[in-house]
Amino acid sequence: MTTTATTATTATTTATTATTATTTVTTAATATTVATGAARRTAAVPVAPPTTAAGVRATARIVARDDGRGGTCLPVLAGEGPLAPRRTRGGAAEARVLLVGAMSGPLGGDRLTVDARAEAGARLRIGSAAATIALPGQVPAPARYDVRLTVADGGELRWLPEQLISARGSDLHVATHADLAPTARLVLREEQVLGRAGELPGRLTSRLTVRIGGRAVLDQELSCGPGAPGGWDGPAVLAGHRAVGQLVLVRPEFAHTPVTSRLLGEAAALVPLAGPAALVSAVAPDALRLRRLLDAALGELEAALGGPPEELR
Amino acid sequence: MTKAALLVLADGRFPAGGHAHSGGAEAAVRAGRITGAADLADFCRGRLHTAGLVAAALAGAAALGCDPVELDAAADARTPSPALRLAARKLGRQLVRAARATWPTPELDALARGFPKGAHQPVVLGLTARAAGLGPEEAAYCAAYESVSGPATATVRLLSLDPFDATAVLARLAPELDQVVERAVAAARRAALDGPGALPACSAPLLEIAAEAHAAWPVRLFAS
Repeated sequence: MTTTATTATTATTTATTATTATTTVTTAATATTVATGAARRTAAVPVAPPTTAAGVRATARIVARDDGRGGTCLPVLAGEGPLAPRRTRGGAAEARVLLVGAMSGPLGGDRLTVDARAEAGARLRIGSAAATIALPGQVPAPARYDVRLTVADGGELRWLPEQLISARGSDLHVATHADLAPTARLVLREEQVLGRAGELPGRLTSRLTVRIGGRAVLDQELSCGPGAPGGWDGPAVLAGHRAVGQLVLVRPEFAHTPVTSRLLGEAAALVPLAGPAALVSAVAPDALRLRRLLDAALGELEAALGGPPEELR
Repeated sequence: MTKAALLVLADGRFPAGGHAHSGGAEAAVRAGRITGAADLADFCRGRLHTAGLVAAALAGAAALGCDPVELDAAADARTPSPALRLAARKLGRQLVRAARATWPTPELDALARGFPKGAHQPVVLGLTARAAGLGPEEAAYCAAYESVSGPATATVRLLSLDPFDATAVLARLAPELDQVVERAVAAARRAALDGPGALPACSAPLLEIAAEAHAAWPVRLFAS
């Protein structure tokens, strides 16, 4: 993979349906606009994905390895279909990968998988070039998006993708599994946005599981949108908030010095989990305010931990 | 098995300390998110399908004989708020005391020994149901019902809500309680075969966040 990020960010498709005309995403720091289109799509990168009658099946694989010279190399960096991972300029010790959306989606019926592994001592950071927008497809079937993150002892993974936006009429099931060795480190941020600006959300189910040394320290699933179990938008669950996010930090030192619980404004809290991990859980009126809150929390937490300098974040 | 044991266990007067907890209703009332019976219904419905389903599945799995230590760890992972973990353990400790006096079994003795600070309440509830000769379905019914009866009763006190209205909220949730119990028991049976990863993990972000705020209040009517 030698393509640079700059040449691959042209992930646009033509909107062909009346129901979801091109709506510009006005959320957070997503500079790239992923255009919409439920009926037809065109790939910017000519990699033919295996398609089935039900949708696209595609997997991206990333493996980061300590190169023995204080840096991290990427012996595996492979994508297909809508998932195009690109190496970008990283820090001294860290390899950086940007997931570029080469096609729109996930659409109904798609099954996308990202499998990323940081081996012992490797430092890997993964972001995405734009928000991921779940859209309805030609087939009225749910889409699946599986993210499997594995970090070996002494390794570090920073999984910091842009938002997941659940567009009207979409039906997506996301499962994120992080499996960490006892001395692995993790920074994981996930943000769900319920509908584009002024739009009703689709159906979204998102499960996040974090295991350390084989033991689950966090297992949470959020279901929202039309058809979700009742009360999802009520006073116990989201109460009209349209952006919801989680930030997970795993550090071996949390085993003896856990974070202290505290509120971050009115609708967010930092808490120690039952294991060497901390969680920021937040709801916000929109994606921009959610991102600001999570960014501020991450900055403070890492500054307190003597974390990576500013340019590595 | 006697069905009447279910009535004893599910009775609000069963001395297990549940009356001191509002299930997040006190924080929601203070935040202005519950102002009357309609909000209460929405609150209870959301809690039932999230924390209620998880509690019902944990109780069902414990009643089926799954390892309580594994179930307790699964409950921890599904309860990110340390305030809620603490509340669940306190309730678990109170319940194990009442249960050992009511339906003494070696399993309950072992649970009390293994968790001196208390195991998560739904796990204890499931083992209590087992000790009373009840099955996973009855255990799940108890847990699911508690997940909504607690907030409903608390709201009567917090808002001076008409008790008839609060009871009507619970009665109208009955069909959804049945559905939640069905899902919970199916998941509990899967967990008995495949481990606690098969248990549901449905979460309610505002319940978790508000519980942390509530725990920091200097004066409050309810413990959680």
